Amino acid sequence: MKAVITVIGKDSVGIIATVSAECAKFGVNIVDITQSVIQDYFAMIMLVEIDNMSSTFMSFQKELEAVGVQKNLDIRVMHEDIFNTMHRI
Amino acid sequence: MLNTNDILETINMIKQENLDIRTITMGISLLDCISDDRARLETKIYDKITKSARDLVKTALDLEHTYGIPIINKRVSVTPISLVGADFGPDEYVRLAGVLERAANELGINFIGGFGALVQKGMTRGASALIEAIPEALATTTKVCSSVNVASTKAGINMDAVKRMGEIMRQTAILTQDQDSIGCAKLVVFANIPEDNPFMAGAMHGMGESDTVINVGVSGPGVVASAIKREGYCDFSRLADVIKKTAFKITRVGQLIAYEASRRLNTPYGIIDLSLAPTPAVGDSVAHILENMGLEKCGTHGTTAALAMLNDAVKKGGVMASSHVGGLSGAFIPVSEDAGMISAAECGALTIEKLEAMTAVCSVGLDMIAVPGDTSASTLSGIIADEIAIGVINNKTTAVRLIPVIGKDVGESVEFGGLLGHAPIMPLNKYSSEEFINRGGRIPAPIHSLRN
Repeated sequence: MKAVITVIGKDSVGIIATVSAECAKFGVNIVDITQSVIQDYFAMIMLVEIDNMSSTFMSFQKELEAVGVQKNLDIRVMHEDIFNTMHRI
Repeated sequence: MLNTNDILETINMIKQENLDIRTITMGISLLDCISDDRARLETKIYDKITKSARDLVKTALDLEHTYGIPIINKRVSVTPISLVGADFGPDEYVRLAGVLERAANELGINFIGGFGALVQKGMTRGASALIEAIPEALATTTKVCSSVNVASTKAGINMDAVKRMGEIMRQTAILTQDQDSIGCAKLVVFANIPEDNPFMAGAMHGMGESDTVINVGVSGPGVVASAIKREGYCDFSRLADVIKKTAFKITRVGQLIAYEASRRLNTPYGIIDLSLAPTPAVGDSVAHILENMGLEKCGTHGTTAALAMLNDAVKKGGVMASSHVGGLSGAFIPVSEDAGMISAAECGALTIEKLEAMTAVCSVGLDMIAVPGDTSASTLSGIIADEIAIGVINNKTTAVRLIPVIGKDVGESVEFGGLLGHAPIMPLNKYSSEEFINRGGRIPAPIHSLRN
């Protein structure tokens, strides 16, 4: 099962490092990353593999949300199927 | 990999435009609970509901987290209680409402629907007793919702029932007058009631349904309003296209959640209700969609046409996105629950006569409209009769949920709180319908040819 992590907020040093570190901590494998900076705004989308996760989906989600609050970023973890169903026929 | 813009679009819909799943409703048949022993019947009903929907709330929360989309309501609908109670007296029906309330509290759900009766052609003793019990049942519970079907295109309009429901609505208002007659917000009178509607207060589990079923109601007026705004000036063909595409996306999410909920709860998937259901939150209004189409204020001339187009385009977009569509499916226009409707009613742009016209082309009917507290039962019945006639003649569902706010009059407003919102008291026609309503009997079913 794959999930999509989205990080949106003001650009700062070390965003990818922080999120990747959290992924590693939870045994979450990063499959793909895209990121762009539009006028100071940072948008990163990470596709991750969560089958061999060391903890529950919800605790991973909570941890990343907490990191987001700390760094003033909007971080969401969502099952990839919500995007697949909405945008692919 | 998924397209970045698509992902950001979805997140924007949820974060900025209030996209949510309005409700996951589990329909539960209570027919196998019927017993001639009262106590046993109550126990069986309580046990069946709490057992069947045991994991409903937990599953909804899990889905909410997994897919990152809010699921606002978790509800249960049951077989119309008049069919389960049958020979009960009014007091016993009130007790049954208490049982439903206890089951709802145990489950942690928001509402339980089905305290109702189907009397479109005639009224059994049990249905009559249930209707008698409605005011007290709604006054003594908070989660129990009641619906009564008084007409259908096949049977015509049971005018005795229409008369009775005007009185019941008034009594319900009186019994809950210390809370601004809130009891009436849980009571709907229907024509052509759907058997699989997941929305309250009209949800019930129909006779042709399986033992349990999952029905999902989507929402998303904010998403449609924003899409129209983004598109800017364009002609109606293009506008219809924008609405269809948006409705498709919204419904696909509903389909995903319905499918997953059904799988996890091991309960058959019933239908998706393709409705644009507003909330009083800013940016979650059906009226604002109509205003974004170019109307200065919802309720002005052109509103019915705008709503007709919106409703049709939502259905066309939604139908392709889901394998089974049902329920009410269309745009809702509950006045107190829609920030744009509230504002239009307050400034006088939106009147009850215009709302009645609007219901001829959209889902449901005269919904969450606050009217003066001194409105007579026969006037309430007159309003019900008008609205029900629109449904019967046009072969569609219509319904009436009015709140005669005891002690308040035109110029005042009422605050229901939460999703029920607030509303100005709307003026009604001052002339009497009493003699008409008192005739009783049935208005015959309409002819199905010579359609004009």
